Amino acid sequence: MLRYTAKRTGLAVLNLLIVMVAMYAMVFLVPGDPASVALGPRATPALKAELVTRMGLDQPIWRQVWNFFANAVQGNLGYDVWSGRPVLDQILEAFPNTLILGGVALGWALVLGVALGCLAVVWRGGVLDTLLGLLSVSMIAVPSFVIAIYALLVFAVWLNWLPAIGAGTAGDIGSQVRALILPSFAIGITWVGYLARLVRASMLEVMGEAHIRTARAFGLSEFRIVTRYALRLAIIPTLAVLAVGFGSILSAAVFVETVFSRPGIGTLIISAVAKRNYPLVMGTTLFMTAFYLFIVTAADLVIARLDPRVRDVFRGG
Amino acid sequence: MTGAQDDGTVLRVEGLSVSYGAVQALRGASLIARRSEVIGIVGESGCGKSTLASALIGLPAPGARMRGQVEIGGRDIVAAPERARRAMRGAAVAMIFQDPMTSFNPVLTLGQQLTDFQHRSALPRRARRARAAAMLARVGLPDPELALDRHIHELSGGMRQRAAIAAALLMQPQLLVADEPTTALDVTMEAQIIHLLRELRHEHQGAIVVITHHLGVIGELCDRVYVMYAGEIVEEGTTDEIYHDPRHPYTQALIACDPAHIAGTVDRLPTIPDRVPDLDPPPPGCSFAPRCPVAMARCRTDAPPRVTVGPGHAAACHRVTP
Repeated sequence: MLRYTAKRTGLAVLNLLIVMVAMYAMVFLVPGDPASVALGPRATPALKAELVTRMGLDQPIWRQVWNFFANAVQGNLGYDVWSGRPVLDQILEAFPNTLILGGVALGWALVLGVALGCLAVVWRGGVLDTLLGLLSVSMIAVPSFVIAIYALLVFAVWLNWLPAIGAGTAGDIGSQVRALILPSFAIGITWVGYLARLVRASMLEVMGEAHIRTARAFGLSEFRIVTRYALRLAIIPTLAVLAVGFGSILSAAVFVETVFSRPGIGTLIISAVAKRNYPLVMGTTLFMTAFYLFIVTAADLVIARLDPRVRDVFRGG
Repeated sequence: MTGAQDDGTVLRVEGLSVSYGAVQALRGASLIARRSEVIGIVGESGCGKSTLASALIGLPAPGARMRGQVEIGGRDIVAAPERARRAMRGAAVAMIFQDPMTSFNPVLTLGQQLTDFQHRSALPRRARRARAAAMLARVGLPDPELALDRHIHELSGGMRQRAAIAAALLMQPQLLVADEPTTALDVTMEAQIIHLLRELRHEHQGAIVVITHHLGVIGELCDRVYVMYAGEIVEEGTTDEIYHDPRHPYTQALIACDPAHIAGTVDRLPTIPDRVPDLDPPPPGCSFAPRCPVAMARCRTDAPPRVTVGPGHAAACHRVTP
């Protein structure tokens, strides 16, 4: 397991390095230089030259990449062009909001999706199974920001049950939870149907395997077979999809944060792009890439934990 | 032993038919197994052996329709609702599956599964685990405590099959069904497992049904044999009678094809010409008639009678005379 962990972590770090170089290259392949964009059309050449030096843009590309990398390793992602504040500070300020939103959305979607998927298998062909088949397709098809807008309209504007914008008052858990309900609903709902279908499909496949027949031959109840014998196997493809899907959860969070005016990475990155705040854009992107890689690696490790066969493939070499 | 009838009958199958849609995989099978008896069911692939095995444990394939009776300790598992069937499975009847690699769960440890399989026992979990360890030791697994913490892919083929046997014996079922217990093993392992089963049959109080296509296994293990062909039992008798005085032309052909029965060297191993008939629908008359070397006109039209040739020895054939 240790060897497997080291291997997966090494791969993740390598991935991150490639992303870093590619990102830097992309920013500088785009026409126009960041300094003139940042300072606007009326800036004097002297001012521009000063900023170029300050941003290190006069140095050779490889040197810039190296500087960026060396700084990033030390936890310095550069400074905001507009406010001069460290980029990392701003990210760390916004990130918990996004993490909570994504985590809560994914959490309830996972619990509900897996439960529905399991029940659909236990009562195969029943009302729930049929209903799930119909509803999940429509749930998958609707984008999260559409749901966000309608949820906002119905529950916040018409019914006035829940707050429409913001993340709640700091320190007031009740208001923070209430502010979380609609955004997390908007992100999670598309995943409930998707996860339920995924769990149902892989569960049905597992239920056809010989060892399930053994469990039945020993008189175990169908519920116990589904939850203990089949779920651990059936959840593996779901986890793999989920980890990759976390990327799309984060991009959904960008939209949903905008709709609900919640502070978070989404709001941060959108305003940074709008203001051509390159260090902030790059820092945020790098941070989210690192976080995403962390999630995917963690999922791989969880899968290895769940399926000893995967673990043993790597034990040898 | 509870529930067994006074004459020691543990299993009584009466007129059992199983069909999958139009395919009649099993037609009117009747058999009996008594306490401390090992019966063998032999036939080539597709003769309905596996269908019979699933029916014996009350776990027919989805879409299968069962008719007739399968009484285990006097309780009919065919007539019973699923809830009652489930209560009998693992307690009154247990099965040793064909391929232990795929018939154990790959992500749970052996210990987790063997304790789960005793879910009808009132014992606490620790005691059930200890029972599982004792059973593993009994079937000859070295270091059973270690094996309990292993996953099935971490055990060798022979150890897996021993674990499968231990699993089936855990609840001391009245009826033990072994579905091709040695097919997945190499010859050395096969001999060891047969040896183990022979030992266990003296301790086991119930009846054992061994299902196989391998005549050698039957000869080593069984007291009585039922020969199956195309979903029907065509001959039954003691192992001696079947080996040395087979009456049904199919049994005779089967024994003639067993390499163990061929003296000297031959250029080609004998086979039974042609193949098993389509069971959708089964042919009228005797189902072996198209391949039978001694078939008469009547064989193709009339179902053969069950002719008793001695106490406990009978064959379903027009040619056989008492």
